[in-house]
Amino acid sequence: MDKRIRGRLWVIGALIVVSIISLVPRNTKQRVIDPSTGRLKDTTVRRLPINLGLDLQGGIHLALEVDQSKGPVPDCADAIQRAERVVRTRIDEFGTTEPVVQIQGRCRLIVELAGEKDPNRAKGVIQRTAFLEFRITDMKGQFKDALPQIDAALRKAGIKSRNAAPSAVAQLFGGDTSKSKSKHDTTSDANAPGVLSSLLFQGQIPGEFLVPEEQWPLVDSLTQRPDVRAQIPRGIELRWGAQSESRSARSYRPLYAVEARPIITGEELTKALARRDPVTNQSIVTFQLSRRGARIFSQETGRHINDFMAIILDGRVQGEPPVIRNQIGANGQIELGSKPLQEASDLALVLRAGALPAPLTIIEERTIGPSLGADSIKDGVRAGVVGVVLVIVIMIGYYRMSGALAVAALTLYCLFTLAGLAAFGFTLTLPGMAGFVLSIGIAVDANVLIFERIREELVHGKSLRLAVDEGFLHAMNAIVDSNVSTVLTALILYAVGTGPVQGFAITLIIGIAASMVSAIFVVKTLFLMWLNRRPNMVTLSI
Amino acid sequence: MIRLFANANYDFIKWRRVAFSVTGAIMLIGLIFLMTRGVNYSIEFTGGTLMQVEAHKQVPMSDIRAALDQVGLNGAEIQTFGSDTSFVIRARLAHSAGTTEQTSTEAVVAAIGRALDQSIGVGQYTVGQTAAVGPKVGRELQGKAVMAILLSFVVTLIYLAVRFEWRFGLAAVVATAHDVVATIAFISVMHLEVSLIVVGAVLTVVGYSLNDTIIIFDRVRENLRKYRRQNLYEILNLSINETLPRSVLTHGTTIATTLSLLLLAGEVIRPFAWVMTFGIFTGTFSSVYIAAPVLLWIEKRWPGQDARGARTFGARAPTGATAPDATRPVPATSSPRAPQPAR
Repeated sequence: MDKRIRGRLWVIGALIVVSIISLVPRNTKQRVIDPSTGRLKDTTVRRLPINLGLDLQGGIHLALEVDQSKGPVPDCADAIQRAERVVRTRIDEFGTTEPVVQIQGRCRLIVELAGEKDPNRAKGVIQRTAFLEFRITDMKGQFKDALPQIDAALRKAGIKSRNAAPSAVAQLFGGDTSKSKSKHDTTSDANAPGVLSSLLFQGQIPGEFLVPEEQWPLVDSLTQRPDVRAQIPRGIELRWGAQSESRSARSYRPLYAVEARPIITGEELTKALARRDPVTNQSIVTFQLSRRGARIFSQETGRHINDFMAIILDGRVQGEPPVIRNQIGANGQIELGSKPLQEASDLALVLRAGALPAPLTIIEERTIGPSLGADSIKDGVRAGVVGVVLVIVIMIGYYRMSGALAVAALTLYCLFTLAGLAAFGFTLTLPGMAGFVLSIGIAVDANVLIFERIREELVHGKSLRLAVDEGFLHAMNAIVDSNVSTVLTALILYAVGTGPVQGFAITLIIGIAASMVSAIFVVKTLFLMWLNRRPNMVTLSI
Repeated sequence: MIRLFANANYDFIKWRRVAFSVTGAIMLIGLIFLMTRGVNYSIEFTGGTLMQVEAHKQVPMSDIRAALDQVGLNGAEIQTFGSDTSFVIRARLAHSAGTTEQTSTEAVVAAIGRALDQSIGVGQYTVGQTAAVGPKVGRELQGKAVMAILLSFVVTLIYLAVRFEWRFGLAAVVATAHDVVATIAFISVMHLEVSLIVVGAVLTVVGYSLNDTIIIFDRVRENLRKYRRQNLYEILNLSINETLPRSVLTHGTTIATTLSLLLLAGEVIRPFAWVMTFGIFTGTFSSVYIAAPVLLWIEKRWPGQDARGARTFGARAPTGATAPDATRPVPATSSPRAPQPAR
C-alpha cells in the first residue's frame, strides 16, 4: 500500500517539476522600434513562455487575397504562393519577432503581427510590389579593399570594437587567401582590429562575407552610417542574404558586396520552373527570358563568365549566388547540385515572384490596440480569481476535508493547464482565458461525481476504504463519457474556428486533459494518503 | 455532512408536458423577436467595419453621429461600450454600400477616422480595436458556423451510439438541438451580437449540455442493469434523482464561474458569458425534461431488446393519466434506496 502511494507521489512530483520548468520565465527576443533612430531593433526581455494571442497583446491580423479587380488571375494558388514568398523575405521589416505568414485554404494569405502598432506601415510592407534583380558580386574585392578606410572612419567617429577577436579569424573560412592576407596586413599595420572588419568573415565566393547571427543588427547599423557609406567604393552596394547559414554549430548571416547596377530585372523574366535533371540527377531551376531580356542577358553574361551572380528579391540575396558558366540567352538554368528539390522549387518561386508580382487585396483586417489587450488580461485574471475563490468556497463548504483535497488538486490543475499551453506553444487568447475560467468550474465536476459516488457507497453501508475505491471506480464511466463528448465539440470548434476561437478550443481541451489527471489521479492519491495516515477513521469528512 | 437532495424522490418525468409548454413558449417568444428584429450579426458575419475608440474627454454621441453622416456613413451604428467615453462604431457592408460609392472596407476605416478627428478632435482619442471584414469572408464564416453545429450533432450521435445505443444518442441530440434553439431564442431576445465567439459559446453549451445528459444516461444504463423489473419511466426518474446532488453541485460551481466572467471579465467577453450562463440553465433543464422524455418516447416507438419503454406506455391509459404506483421505482434488491410512500 505504502509503495503504491510512493509510486503515485513520484509521478505527481515529476508532473509538477515538468510543469514548473516549462513555466519558468525565459529570455525572448522582442523587436521594437528604437525611438531615437526610428529603426527596428531586437531587445531581449524575460517573460513567461506563454504565447499571447493578438487580442491580448495587441497587434494586426490581415487576410489577403490576390487582387482580381484589374483582370482575372488564372492560377490564384500559385499567385498566393509567390506572394507568401515575397512577404516572407520582408519579415524583418515588421515590428515583431515572430510574425505569422501562412496560406489558408488555397488562395488566401494570413499575416499576423503581434505587437505591431502601425497598420498602415505593415500593410505597406505587405502590399509593396516585389522587385527582382540579378547583380554580379564584387569580383574585384573592391569592398574588401575599402575596409581599412571604413574602419579608420569608424575609429575617427569614436566607435570602438566591441568584439576583441582579431581579424585573422576572418580567414577561418578560407576563400581568396591572397586578398584576405593583404587585408590582414593592412589592419595589423593600424595596430588594432578594425571595428567592422573584425565582424566580417570572408565567405566562399568573392564579395561574400559572413556575419555572426547575433552581430548582424550591429553590422547593419554600422554600414548604414553616412561616414561608412561614403567610404564604400562607387558602384558597389551591400545586400544581406535572406536566410542565415550555419557553419560549425554557429549561425551566420551572409552579407554580399554586389555591383550597384543590375544586369537584368524581374520584368524580363517570363518563366521559372524547378526540376530534377534526369541525366545528372541534379536539382535545377530553368528560366526563360523575354526577347529583349535575352538580348541584354546574353551580352552581360558574355562579359561575366566565371563571375558570380546574386539573385536579389526586395533587396535580399536569395540562396547562394550561382557562377555564370557560359553566355546565356533566352533560356537559362541554375544548377543547385545535390541540394534537395525543395530548394530549387523555392528559388523558382522567388524568380516567379519577381517576374509576376501578385497584387494583394486585403479582405479582412483586425487591429487590437495594446491597451485594450492589457485591460482584457486584467479583467480576465480578476474574473478568474473570483471564479476560483467561489469554487473553493463551494467545494470546501460542501465536502469539507474531501473538498479541501479537491481544491488542492485544483491548484495543480491550473498549473498543469498553463504548463500545457506553454509546453505545446499554444496561444492564449481572450476567449481562451474565458474557457480557462469556465473549465475551472467544470474541472471539479469529476470530483463531484466521485464524491457523490463515495457518499452513496457509504450510505449503502460499505466500509470507508471500499467506498472510496468503489466510488472512484464507478464514477469513471460517467467522467470519461462526458469529457470525451466535450473534447469532441472542442475539436470541431478548433477545426472550424479561427484565431481567438481556436485558442478557446485549445484551452478547453488542455483543461479537460489536465482535469482528468488532477481530479482522478491526484485526488485518489491524496485520499490514499489520508486513509493510510488515519487507519482507524470511522467517518469520512465528505 | 451536508447533503442536498439526498434520497430525493421527485417525479420529474410527470411534469414533462408542463416543461414542454414552458420551453415552447420561450422558443416562440424568441422566434417572434427573431422575425421582427432579425439577428444582430457581428461584422465578422455580415462584412463591414468596426472601430472601437476611447475618447479622452466627454463627447456627446450626437456629435459623432453627425460627423459620420457628413463623411457619408449614414448607415453606421454607434454605441457606447462599457463606459461613457468608449464607443463602438459599426458600418455594415449592406448599409454603407448603398450610401457611398466606397465599398472597400479600407476606405470606410479611413472615413470613420476622419469623422472622429472632426467630432472628437485629432489625438483626442485612442483606437482600441478596428476590424474590417470583406463580404466574402463573412459569407464563408456563416457557412462554417452552421456546419460546426451540425457536425457536432453528427459526431455526438455517433459517439453516443457507440458508447450507449442509438436510442440514447438520438435523445441526447434532440435535447442538444433544443438547447441550440433555446439559446438562439435567448440571443435574439437579449439582442446579443452574434460574433464568432458567441458561436463558440453556443458550441460550448452543446458540449456542456451533452455532458450533463450523458451523466444521467450513464446512470440510466447502470440502473437498467441493476433493476431488471422496473420500467423505463421509473428508471429515468430514479436516475435523475440519484444524480441530483451532483447536478446541483456542478452547476453551482459552473454558474459561479460564468457569473464572475459576466460581471468582471469586461465588455469583450460579456456576450459569451451571457450565452454560457443561459446555456447552463437550458442544458440542465434539457437533460432532465427533454432528453429523458424523448428517450422514453423513442423507446415506445422503436422498442429496444427488453422493450421496457414500450411496457411503460402500454401500461398507461391512453389519456395520459398515470397510475401513482407505476411512477415510483421498486428496486428488486433490498437497498436503502427503497421507495418511500408517496409524499
